[in-house]
Amino acid sequence: MAIEYYMFLSIALFCVGIIGVLTRRNAIVVFMCIEIMLNAVNLLLIAFAKMHHGIAYAANQASTAGIDGQLFVFFIMVVAAAEVTVGLAIIVMLYRNTHSVNGNFLNRLRH
Amino acid sequence: MPITQILFWILSGLTLGGAIMVIVSKNPIYSVLYLVVTFFAISGHYILLNAQFLAIVNIIVYAGAIMVLFLFVIMLMNLNKDIEPRKNKWLKLAGTIAGGSLLLVLTAVLRDTELKTKTAQLVQGDIGLIGNLGKVLFKEYVLPFEISSILFLSAIIGAVVLGKRT
Repeated sequence: MAIEYYMFLSIALFCVGIIGVLTRRNAIVVFMCIEIMLNAVNLLLIAFAKMHHGIAYAANQASTAGIDGQLFVFFIMVVAAAEVTVGLAIIVMLYRNTHSVNGNFLNRLRH
Repeated sequence: MPITQILFWILSGLTLGGAIMVIVSKNPIYSVLYLVVTFFAISGHYILLNAQFLAIVNIIVYAGAIMVLFLFVIMLMNLNKDIEPRKNKWLKLAGTIAGGSLLLVLTAVLRDTELKTKTAQLVQGDIGLIGNLGKVLFKEYVLPFEISSILFLSAIIGAVVLGKRT
């Protein structure tokens, strides 16, 4: 599969996430859009890892080129899991204090 | 058209359709369910690329743990009704135009790269298998792996501290 299809798919997914962050006000939906963006990056990393592996595989079938990219994806997933727990705890705290998850209320943190 | 290409297009359609439905749905519960569809489609992409370990981890961590966490928060806080206030239509339009411009610029920039002739290796290639990944993870990446456990510890403590009723 040509690598550019994966690039365009990832870009489209990332932009859908950005549009969601910009247009929605529900803090939970904004959070989900951040997850979409993380997954777009993960998909592109794996596609590039397989691209490099494909080039090395043609020369030497026992090559392990491209394995680092897959491990980066693994660590991104680890960080995303930690981020979600803390972020959802913050949203729960916000809901307790304001009885809303509307992101517009967050601007009172400025004062 | 070979079967892998047909699968690629089906999975791409599922991924993008699910992602768009996430940001279009009014009810947060539907957003979560469409996000699960998106994650399963992305896992399908990983399997197609023969990254089996990451496909399983994606299903377990994202579609399993994280989405259940989202569902619990939404249901416990009783957010499953449409509470989003009517918002300025122009602001929504501006956000969509901004995101669309980014899509346009990135696509235009990446249209003529020298990567055009390269292909991502589909079904074959065994770097994505658990054995090969595990060897590298526990030899060369053992320090980041251990540090990520400290990250998880701090995330647990942070969640407990934030969630405690003061």
